Amino acid sequence: MSAVTLTINDRLVTAAAGETVLAAARAAGIDVPTLCYVDGLSAHGGCRLCLVEVGAGGRLQPACFMPVAEGMVVRTDTDRLAEYRRMIVELLFAEGNHVCSVCVANGNCELQDAAAATGMDHERFEYTYPKRAVDASHDRFGIDHNRCVLCTRCVRACDELEGAHTWDVAGRGAGAKVVTDLNQPWGESPTCTSCGKCFMACPTGAIFRKGSTVAETDHGRDRLQFLVAAREKKQWIV
Amino acid sequence: MDLADLRAIADAERAARPPAEIRCCTAAGCASADAPAVLATLKTAVAAAGLGDRVRAVGVGCMRLCSQGPLVAVEPAGALYQKVTTESAGSVVAGLTGGAVTAEPLDPRAPFFARQSSVVLENSGRIEPERVESYVAADGYLGLYRAVREMTPAEVVAAVTASGLRGRGGAGYPTGVKWATVAKNPGERKYVVCNADEGDPGAFMNRSVLESDPHKVLEGMAVAGYAVGAAQGYVYCRGEYPLAIDRLTTAIKQATKLGLLGTHVFGTPFDFRIDVRIGAGAFVCGEETALMASIMGGRGTPTPRPPYPAESGLWGMPTLLNNVETFANVPRIVRDGPEWFAALGTPTSPGTKVFCLTGKVANTGLVEVPLGTPLRTIVEGIGGGAPGGTIKAVQTGGPSGGCVPAELLDTPVDYESLGTIGSIMGSGGMIVMDQTSDMVDVARYFMEFCMDESCGKCVPCRAGTVQLHRLLSRVLDGTAGAEEMERLEALCHMVKDTSLCGLGQTAPNPTLSTLRYFRREYEAKLHPGTRAQRLRLPMVSANGPGGHAP
Amino acid sequence: MDRLKLATVWLGGCSGCHMSFLDLDEWLIDLAAVADVVFTPVMDVKEYPAGVDAVLVEGAVANEDNLEMILKVRERSKVLIAFGDCAVTGNVTALRNPLGSALPVLERGYLELADDTPQIPNEPGIIPRLLDRVVPLHKVVDVDVYMPGCPPPADRIRRVLEQVLAGQPPHLEGADLKFGSGR
Repeated sequence: MSAVTLTINDRLVTAAAGETVLAAARAAGIDVPTLCYVDGLSAHGGCRLCLVEVGAGGRLQPACFMPVAEGMVVRTDTDRLAEYRRMIVELLFAEGNHVCSVCVANGNCELQDAAAATGMDHERFEYTYPKRAVDASHDRFGIDHNRCVLCTRCVRACDELEGAHTWDVAGRGAGAKVVTDLNQPWGESPTCTSCGKCFMACPTGAIFRKGSTVAETDHGRDRLQFLVAAREKKQWIV
Repeated sequence: MDLADLRAIADAERAARPPAEIRCCTAAGCASADAPAVLATLKTAVAAAGLGDRVRAVGVGCMRLCSQGPLVAVEPAGALYQKVTTESAGSVVAGLTGGAVTAEPLDPRAPFFARQSSVVLENSGRIEPERVESYVAADGYLGLYRAVREMTPAEVVAAVTASGLRGRGGAGYPTGVKWATVAKNPGERKYVVCNADEGDPGAFMNRSVLESDPHKVLEGMAVAGYAVGAAQGYVYCRGEYPLAIDRLTTAIKQATKLGLLGTHVFGTPFDFRIDVRIGAGAFVCGEETALMASIMGGRGTPTPRPPYPAESGLWGMPTLLNNVETFANVPRIVRDGPEWFAALGTPTSPGTKVFCLTGKVANTGLVEVPLGTPLRTIVEGIGGGAPGGTIKAVQTGGPSGGCVPAELLDTPVDYESLGTIGSIMGSGGMIVMDQTSDMVDVARYFMEFCMDESCGKCVPCRAGTVQLHRLLSRVLDGTAGAEEMERLEALCHMVKDTSLCGLGQTAPNPTLSTLRYFRREYEAKLHPGTRAQRLRLPMVSANGPGGHAP
Repeated sequence: MDRLKLATVWLGGCSGCHMSFLDLDEWLIDLAAVADVVFTPVMDVKEYPAGVDAVLVEGAVANEDNLEMILKVRERSKVLIAFGDCAVTGNVTALRNPLGSALPVLERGYLELADDTPQIPNEPGIIPRLLDRVVPLHKVVDVDVYMPGCPPPADRIRRVLEQVLAGQPPHLEGADLKFGSGR
């Protein structure tokens, strides 16, 4: 595999051909915010937080998907991107029922972090206050759809790492939600192995460990990456 | 099957044709107005009048003036009747022998018919869509024969490139370039996909073509398969088109039986199989990556491009995706050469385009004109203008398009000109609006459509359309101020720039174009008051029993 | 320079933000040296005065009293600071919003969950009527500074007030913008 050189924020960066812009940027110490992307799982391209400007026209492309190319010019830090990223986080807060102060994931939440990182000091859109359900039928875990951002990390973790494919997405638009099997209660799922990888992958407090209360969530995300490294690279160190 | 066999089928078909033919449209529009019963009545009347050897009544496809169906034509006399009923049908037959015709006549020389072209629709309303022989008698499959027996794949690609044909699905990407890319991309298998997931409100061009002339599309796909090196094709047709699916399925069976599809097409080593895949009602499946996900049995959601389907499409293989109308243009380009096609339309947008005229227009139906025809010619000349009023705007391109105001009706309809004025060609829907249309309401209608049809995968489309819809609703109910207007515009640009696929990227277009041309209508609805006043304070409804509800 | 006229207001919230204000501890003494607290729920002042330089407003707008108060506060204050998550987002106070409007909330609270004598309190003029929707401050009035946090930690409050005292438009960023509790 050959190496290519591209420019990110006026800096020359070397990357392996086939690598994504996100991987190249992070390897060079350039931070690109993400939400639906998590190391060890396939890219999804849905949250749009990792959008970067590519080329002279500044076309927006998701860094998690966009492959690097020789001579490519990328910007990750323009005012337009900053404003759009904040709007994305605001849209997420407006479409769900996210109440950080009473959430199990308070302090360990990527949405909460994204709000601070994008400078979202208040919500400029209208809160929609949807009526969403909580499924607590599983004996070890629960899912509170009010806190779900539809990143599908649980779906991918379950499919790609556990091989169970218990989770998937049903419905569309604002009515889309993650479901277990054929939209039956999680506790009745014949395919769920109770491995907890969906919980580890969840960026918010949507999927929670039963018995934990406000701010008690530790997703243990590093265990996902450990698993991937062990399987794919045959190494015990991430 | 070789050329002689094909000719023999055509000759037999022509020889069996009686001197006169009564054609009744059986496409979905007329069918919903009782056309099957009218056709049955016509057949019975022909037999009863003892005219069986001189006249036959046949079911054909669309004759374009859909709002006046069922339409019945008598050939070679050239008579045309509208709104034919089971009561009046018999009189059409009686008319052949000098009887009085009670069916309502229609003038085939009227501008609606006379000012139209016939390329894509050349066989519509003339041949029997459920009989391959009828298509063969109209020189069908000669293009495929020429391609596989007389041309190399590269020559076929070159011919399509030389014709200047551009994608009829909306974006207008040069078809030849797309074919060449798929042909050149390496892959152990390749696929050809016909996008028949026509979902725009007010658009039914593709349905009409599939119901009226399905073999033309199959022939175009087979030519494409030969040109790019694919052995498998799929037609992805929306489930809401049961008649089109039936006719396609029948057409595939008949063509395969004759050796026009399947293995060894026209006795050559070229194999090409076509299967129909039926959509389950999601608009987003018209987007190519979502469409392919659906064909592969997955959830119909889009994925970011690159990679483009031409490089990595179905099952990771190079895949050619074209729209129904694009494929329908191919057989004649190959059969008659690219020059005549390139001579139609404009230099940058050659050929014709089929449009669906709907809304506040006298003549609702299908219109085929050369590209570059002024919008005014289509909506006023052919469409007959707004009955009892004046045209205020024409929405082109459906929920992805824009509203063209009356003062710009002289704009030529081609890809570039419509783009310049903030609209798009789109797949060909044209909704005419008169003074009774509230343009903010129009914008909200299309936003509601996109909001309902968003797949939910990416945040700006899923949640952004909801907020845009709310903001438009606030403008409409008089609770929006300048602040909300500013939000509306900012969010339009954000959703346009950041959405994953075409659905979200174009969802703000109707709003942006009405803001551009009809801003006064928005501004007239704005509330001048404070934020609290705009919220309709005190925001109190009922606080329970005790009579202190306001 | 004149002494700063500072106020704090308590709308639909739990008073936790005010508790956090008291966590400023000895800095309160420094503050008292340069500012007069002219209105606050911990003082017995009936009417919100005019000419307030800066006001910390805790809580969301949840009932008619809150609404009347915030309109008055806006009119009579220069720098309005949305103080804590309820004021900024609605937060816990707005948890009732998915129920739709005021009546289902009262029914749930006073009828369905009542242990005995279920009845919806109804004392016009004494018990303010609930708004159908709990809204954060900026949905009703212009807000100059948003200070998230449930509650905002004392040093975050101090950072804002120090900027106000220095006559700068207050600005928070990074970890100081975190919703919820903790750092």
